[in-house]
Amino acid sequence: MEFELSKPQQLLQESARTLFQRTCNPERVRELMETETAHDDTLWSEYVDQGWTGLTLPESVDGLDLGVVELAALMEELGRACVPGSLAASTCAGILLNELSSHDIAVSMLQEIVEGKMRAAVALHEEVPDWDPTNVQASLGRGAGQIVLEGEKTLVGGLLGADVILVVVWDENELAIVSVPSSHEGVEIRSTPGIDRSRPLGSVRFNSVTVREDNILGRGSAVECALQRMSRVGAVMACADMVGGMQWMLDAAVDYAKTREQFGKPIGSYQMVQEQCADMLLLIESSRSATYYAAWALSEDAPDALRAVSMAKAYCSEASREVGDRSIQVHGGIGFTWEHDLHLYYKRAKASELSFGDATYHRELLAKSLLDD
Amino acid sequence: MDLRLTAEERTFRDTFKTWLLANLPEGEHSGRRETDPDYMNAMRAWQKKLFDGGWAGVSWPKEFGGRGASPIEESIFLGELASAKAPERVGVIGEGLVGPTIIAAGTDQQKSEFLPRILDGTHIWCQGFSEPDSGSDVAALSTKAVLDGDHYVVNGQKIWTSFAQIADWCLLLVRTDPKAPKHKGISCLLVDMKSEGVSVRPLRQMSGDSGFNEVFFSNVRVPVHHLLGDLNDGWRITITALMNERANLGSGLYMMFKAAMDELMAKARELTQGGVPLAQNPINRQKIAQAYLELEIFKLNSDRALSQISQNAVPGPEGSILKLYWSEMNQRLVRTAMEVLGDRAQLDEFDQGRWIYRYLRSRGNTIEAGTSEIQRNIIAQRVLGLARSY
Ligand SMILES: Cc1cc2nc3c(=O)[nH]c(=O)nc-3n(C[C@H](O)[C@H](O)[C@H](O)COP(=O)(O)OP(=O)(O)OC[C@H]3O[C@@H](n4cnc5c(N)ncnc54)[C@H](O)[C@@H]3O)c2cc1C
Repeated sequence: MEFELSKPQQLLQESARTLFQRTCNPERVRELMETETAHDDTLWSEYVDQGWTGLTLPESVDGLDLGVVELAALMEELGRACVPGSLAASTCAGILLNELSSHDIAVSMLQEIVEGKMRAAVALHEEVPDWDPTNVQASLGRGAGQIVLEGEKTLVGGLLGADVILVVVWDENELAIVSVPSSHEGVEIRSTPGIDRSRPLGSVRFNSVTVREDNILGRGSAVECALQRMSRVGAVMACADMVGGMQWMLDAAVDYAKTREQFGKPIGSYQMVQEQCADMLLLIESSRSATYYAAWALSEDAPDALRAVSMAKAYCSEASREVGDRSIQVHGGIGFTWEHDLHLYYKRAKASELSFGDATYHRELLAKSLLDD
Repeated sequence: MDLRLTAEERTFRDTFKTWLLANLPEGEHSGRRETDPDYMNAMRAWQKKLFDGGWAGVSWPKEFGGRGASPIEESIFLGELASAKAPERVGVIGEGLVGPTIIAAGTDQQKSEFLPRILDGTHIWCQGFSEPDSGSDVAALSTKAVLDGDHYVVNGQKIWTSFAQIADWCLLLVRTDPKAPKHKGISCLLVDMKSEGVSVRPLRQMSGDSGFNEVFFSNVRVPVHHLLGDLNDGWRITITALMNERANLGSGLYMMFKAAMDELMAKARELTQGGVPLAQNPINRQKIAQAYLELEIFKLNSDRALSQISQNAVPGPEGSILKLYWSEMNQRLVRTAMEVLGDRAQLDEFDQGRWIYRYLRSRGNTIEAGTSEIQRNIIAQRVLGLARSY
C-alpha cells in the first residue's frame, strides 16, 4: 500500500506550486479579485500549456488522461495559493461533457476547452439552490418546430467570462443538458458577487432562448449519471481546495505564533495557542486523508466511493471553517484585518464548504447509504 | 429569589415602553454596519432623542444626569430596546466605559465637562489602549507622555481603535513612568481627537469595512487637568473600565444578537428547500433551538451578573465569564444562521449581505475587549485561583 502521492503526482503538485508562486502572488490574487471575472489570460494559457485544462480528459481530445488523485493534487495547490478564476468550474464542465461524449458537439467542445479556446460553465442552481438536479424548474418548451429554453439559474461558478453555458433543464419528463452560447439572444447574465471574490458567481436568465436539437447534449439517465459524476469529482475538488487553504492558514498561524511576543514570550509558548495549532494540524491531516482516499476511490470506482466522497466533503467542510476560525484567533487583531491575507482564505473556505453540498447534505447522503434499505 | 419584576420595575418598564412607542425612529436598523455613515448619523440622532427623553445613561447616578436606574432596570431597558429593534447606541463606549470611569475617578471639572456631552451624544468616545506590540499584554504599552509645564506631551501609536475615525475624544493609556514596574507607570488621559498631532488612519476589517483605526500621536499636548485619576494610577482605573466593559457591553449586545435570531427565525419560515420551509427541516429546528437557548442563557447569565453587581457595586473578574460566553455564542449563532440559510446566504444580494457581514464580524468578538484565551486565563487564575502561567 502506498497512501501518499506518487512521485509523478508530487511533481505535478510542485510544478503547480512553483507556477503560482511565480505568477499568482497575494498582490495578484487581490488584483484579480477586484475584477468581475477574476480571470487571468496569462495564467489560463499556462494551464493550457501544462495540459491542466484537460487534466482528466481522454487523449482523444488531447487531454492528459490523468485521474482524480492528480486533479486533487492540483486543486490543493490552487487552494493553497487562493488562485482566482474558474479552472475548477471549467474542469467540472469538462467532466460533464466527457460523460456525454457520445455526442459530436460535446466532443468538439471538449477539444476547444482543452486547447483553451473555450470556457464553459455548468448552470444547475435556481432561485432555491438545490444540489439535487431533479428539483430544477428550467425547461425546454417544444412546439411549432421550435425548442425554447425558459428559466433562471443562480450561483453559477465560472459564468462570467464563459463562452458556453451547460444548462440543466427538464425536456418533457427527462433531465437534459443544453449548451447555450453565453452571447446568444435572450441570455441575460448578471454578476452576483458573494463572500468569495476569488471564484465569482453569476446568475443567468434565459428569456425564450431558441435551442437547436443538436445542442441538447444528452438526456435521461445519461444526464443523471453525468451530473452525478461531476458532483462527486466536484466535491473532491472542493475538498482538495480546502485542504490547501487549511494548510496555508495553519502555516501562517504557526509562523506567527513563533515570532509574535506578548508578556515577554512568543505566544506559541502558551498552552492555549499550542492547542489551537495542534488541533488545526489534526483537522488538516484528517481532511487530507479523507480527501486523498475519496479521490483514489473515485478514480478506481471503488465500491465505497460514494461514501468516501460524502465523508470527505462533510469532514472538510467543517474542518476548514474550524481551521479558519482558529487561525484568525491565533493572529489576534491582525488576523481580523483586510490587509492580512487570511480573510481571503477564510471566505474561500466558506464558499467551498457550500459547493457541491455542505456537511449536512453529505452527512444525510452518508446516513442514507448506511441506514436505509 | 424572585424573578418577577417589582411594582417599581414594572412602572419603569411601562414608562419606557410608552416612550419608545412614541419615539422609535422609523426604518430597519438591525444588521446595519456600524461603519455606514448614514447609520452613524441615525445612531447619533437616536442618542440625542434618548437623552431628550431622559433615557441616556439610565444606570448613571441622577446627580450626573443619569436616571439612577438599578442594574435590573437597565436590563429591562435594554430588553425593550431589543424587542423594539431600535438602532444601536452610538454612545456605548462613552456611556458604558468612559462615563463610569470618569464618575469613579474624575475631578468635578471633568465630570461637568464630559458627562453631559456623553449623554446627549455630542461627544463620541474611543478607547486607545492597544498598541502594535501590546495587545493582550496592554500593560506593556509604550506610548509615552512627558510633563512639560501644564501639559503632557504625548508620543506614540495606538492600533485597533474602534470609532477613532468619528470620535471626538479618546480615553488614552500612556506610560508616564518608564522606570516603574509596567502596571505602575501607566496613566490615563482624556484626549481631544482634534488636538494638533493626532492623526487617524483607518484600517479595514476582514469584512471590508473600516471599523477600527491606527491612531498616531506626535507631540500632542494634553492639558494636565485632563489627566484622569492620579498620575501612574491608570492601570487600576483601566481594570475597572475593562470590567465595566465586559459586564456592560455584553448586555447591550444582547439586543443585537436577539435581532439576528428573530430575523433568522423569520427567514427560516419564509424560505424553502426542496419545497419544505427551512423551519420545518428537523436539523434546522435543532440548530435554531440550540442557538435560541444559548442566546437566552446569555441573557440570564447577564441578568444574574447584573444582580450580583447591584449587590457588590463593582463588577469583578466574573465579567470575563460573560465576555467569553457571548463572544463564542454569537459566533455559533451566526454560523448556525449561515448553515440554515445555506447556499444563497453567500451572496451579497441576499439580505443586503447582512449575514455575511455578521458572519465575518463575529470573528472579532473573541479578539476584541480581551481575547478568549485571556478571558480563560483570568477565569482560571483570578476566579478559580489556579496558578499563574505567565
Ligand atoms: C473588532 C476589534 C475592535 C477593537 N477595538 C479596540 C478599541 O477600540 N480599542 C483598543 O484599545 N483595542 C481594540 N481592539 C484590540 C483588541 O483589544 C486586541 O486585538 C486584543 O487585546 C488582542 O491583542 P492583539 O491583537 O495584539 O493580539 P495578541 O495579544 O498578539 O494575541 C495573539 C494571540 O495570542 C494569544 N495570547 C496572547 N497572550 C496569551 C497568553 N498569555 N496566554 C494565552 N494566549 C495568549 C491571544 O489570545 C491571541 O490568540 C479591537 C480588536 C478588534 C478585533
